[in-house]
Amino acid sequence: MGRYVFKLSDVGEGIAECEIATWRVAVGDVVTEDQPLVDMLTEKAAVELPSPVAGKIIELHGEAGDMIAVGSPLVVLEVEGAGNAKDEPPKNEPQKKISSPPAGGRGQGEGGGGAAAVSVPASAAAPAARPSPPAPLPQAGEGSSSVRRPGEKPVAAPAVRQRARDLGIDLRLVAGSGPAGRITHADLDSYVEGAGRVAASTQAAPRTGVEDIKIIGLRRRIAEAMQRAKQRIPHFAYVEELDVTELEALRIHLNETRRPEQAKLTLLPFLLRALVQVLPRFPQVNATYDDEAGVLRRYAAVHCGVATQTPNGLVVPVLRHAETLDVWQMASEIRRLAEAARSGKATREELSGSSITISSLGALGGIVSTPVINAPEVAIVGVNKLVERAVFRNGVVVPRLTMNLSSSFDHRIVDGYDAAQFIQAVKQRLEHPATLFMTEAV
Amino acid sequence: MSGKITTQVLVVGGGPGGYVAAIRAGQLGLDTTLVEADRLGGTCLIRGCIPSKALIHVASRFAGLQQLSVAPHAGIALKSEPDFDLPAAIQWKDGIVDKLSTGVAGLLKKAKVRVVHGTAKFADAKTCTVQTGDAPVEITAEHVILATGSVAAGLPQLPWGDGVISSTEALSLPALPKRLVVVGAGYIGLELGIAFAKLGVEVRFVEALDRMLPSYDRALVRPVEQWLKKRGIEVLLNTKAQDVARANGGLRVTVQTGDAAPQDLACDTLLVAVGRRPNTQGWGLEHMALTMDGAFVKVDAQCRTAMHNVWAIGDLVGEPMLAHKASAQGEMVAEIIAGKRRSFDPVAIPAVCFTEPEIVAVGLSPDEAKAQGIETVTGQFPFAANGRALTMDAGGDGGFVRVTARADNHLVLGIHAVGAHVSDLSGEFAHALEMGARLEDIAHTIHVHPTLTEAVPEAALGALGHALHI
Repeated sequence: MGRYVFKLSDVGEGIAECEIATWRVAVGDVVTEDQPLVDMLTEKAAVELPSPVAGKIIELHGEAGDMIAVGSPLVVLEVEGAGNAKDEPPKNEPQKKISSPPAGGRGQGEGGGGAAAVSVPASAAAPAARPSPPAPLPQAGEGSSSVRRPGEKPVAAPAVRQRARDLGIDLRLVAGSGPAGRITHADLDSYVEGAGRVAASTQAAPRTGVEDIKIIGLRRRIAEAMQRAKQRIPHFAYVEELDVTELEALRIHLNETRRPEQAKLTLLPFLLRALVQVLPRFPQVNATYDDEAGVLRRYAAVHCGVATQTPNGLVVPVLRHAETLDVWQMASEIRRLAEAARSGKATREELSGSSITISSLGALGGIVSTPVINAPEVAIVGVNKLVERAVFRNGVVVPRLTMNLSSSFDHRIVDGYDAAQFIQAVKQRLEHPATLFMTEAV
Repeated sequence: MSGKITTQVLVVGGGPGGYVAAIRAGQLGLDTTLVEADRLGGTCLIRGCIPSKALIHVASRFAGLQQLSVAPHAGIALKSEPDFDLPAAIQWKDGIVDKLSTGVAGLLKKAKVRVVHGTAKFADAKTCTVQTGDAPVEITAEHVILATGSVAAGLPQLPWGDGVISSTEALSLPALPKRLVVVGAGYIGLELGIAFAKLGVEVRFVEALDRMLPSYDRALVRPVEQWLKKRGIEVLLNTKAQDVARANGGLRVTVQTGDAAPQDLACDTLLVAVGRRPNTQGWGLEHMALTMDGAFVKVDAQCRTAMHNVWAIGDLVGEPMLAHKASAQGEMVAEIIAGKRRSFDPVAIPAVCFTEPEIVAVGLSPDEAKAQGIETVTGQFPFAANGRALTMDAGGDGGFVRVTARADNHLVLGIHAVGAHVSDLSGEFAHALEMGARLEDIAHTIHVHPTLTEAVPEAALGALGHALHI
């Protein structure tokens, strides 16, 4: 038997460190060659690392959320034959952990949970949001308790349950201060006192729980990107109202007459089409700005990021070379990218390299938004909700479908005047949709 | 007995559900009437739990003595084989039943409950006529608690009579059969079959499913399987009993295992123990306009039926069909009728099999917890490492205690055990679960040495990763 040390290999793109997303194995597991060991998160995507050898897992280095440097040992396996490492006492190898967020509940030792009165340490707070570390025996501290999830039965001794029923109190509304969230007689007393009267069954319990959740994985990526963008980029917003009555009529007509294989059109392909037409006149808007090098990179192509909500958070897949696609192709590409993003299958290429970004919340779009620029880009265009309004036309009030575009620009690169010109040009195209399909420069 | 009774509470059935409901209602000052067609005590006392445990006790003692006559053990030897007199044993058992039944009557009297003997027939949900020995009595009640219990389920291809018996008859046989076939390897069939095997009867089990005791996980059942195997007691799994016929002064049972050719089993008595069904026939349930839940009467968490002020408890309302569940529901309903706020929400309803060895199940098994998406830790402690078990010759049956807890906060979700005498540990298990105990609570409770109970904190310590004695 030998020891085989599996080190984090270079995952490309000059990445120096990766975050552990999810362990797929635990100490003691016997794995076959090519069996996935761990999911690692790079800047953009999750990468599944398979085992190069068959063997038994004897050490795992790091927990979910830890940053691991390329070249650091990640997994130690016991393998047939010599392995690739000298025999050494296990667990003594220093772990090249670069940074780890403050420990949550999981790592706390006995008694470490703190008898934090009613407030609830993070121990079991969000098992769904956080993959389990591979610790074979989780150590719940003496004082640790847990938040009741919806539908979970409150823990209380029979006498407490009986008394609660006598008092007409639904124990589901009462916070438990005891171990494992157990509701004590004292909890019941303080609930009754707090409610001020005994017939308290309609009074909601004060919500006293506090949950600490480690921000890791995609959420950390989002947080870092947003903070970077807002700290470094002087944003300014520009909002304009569009009359999309004609565009909607066209869209509905096209959808009614589309071929079965064609994806249903939303407003986004038309907006993209307008951007494709207009951006050549505003090259500084379709660009990325490397503020450290002091270089603005302007793109001939339109690689449009499409902000997409996924179960784990915001992801921006990129529709490449929008200028080569017609609206139908754009619609199906947007749909494909959104599905890939939601299912976590989008590749790193599909999640990077955008030159401008659009954002739409559909019916949730509100009337105005102030989108955050997808750095290092310099512009983002947001779509607000479509609404029928009374509008004056030739002195007569008529119903029109209107919609706002809310955009943000990097004021270091884009002047207010240019931004306004740019949005006005987009507005012209969308209000007169026939012009969207004219080939000559308008 | 007067021809008409008007009462606040009418309890139908004098079993562990009904008589407890009546006692509690009486204690609470409610004018209470209980109707029972048979003797007080119900299936549990008259033809279930109590008599079967008496028989099991007798069988175990006899088997122990017999063993000593063959092989002296621990310094004790018997010069000749012990004799067994079944009628005398039955008489002893009946004495216990009589004592307890009389005791129930005394308790009811003390609680000022009026007892009417006879079969109730409901004309509507609040009115019934009881055919007593003398004259029919009409009872009208504000509240009706239905506690009619259950009856042994039969199989149409194995009609009762002529040596085909249910558990009821098995507890009062006039003589021991030489060969017994038990159809159904659930807890009733196994408890009785094992007892008869200990009394020297040649026993075979026929089970339609692919395993015995399907409601218990395999690890718990294994020691029972081993006990049967060691004694050469055959358990035909995946086997259906198809037919029974009289032959050569005995019975011939035709069984088929899977798709194999049918085979005949010769026996003197055929015990059909394929479960129990709620007793819903013959007392006018159909006139009460109740909503059913399959074969059972449908009730809510307060044991309310669909009809205002008609309540149902025990075996009549669903699984588990256990006396202690019925009693808990009966007590609760009486208190609700008396104006208290109550709800039936136990953390666990403990279950025990008085097999050889015994099995206890309280709460969730690791598999059941997993099925609910709960991450668990478990600890198991074998009785082979428990001193007291060894001093009682109870360490060699493969028994153990297993504690299952939530991995995140160590809340104990289930405690299971198999082994000699473990039924007496079930109270501690249930208590721990109802109190919301964590592994640490059990592990840090000092248990008496030397007792079997020491295995419980050891199992909890095992789940915490530092068992002391293993």
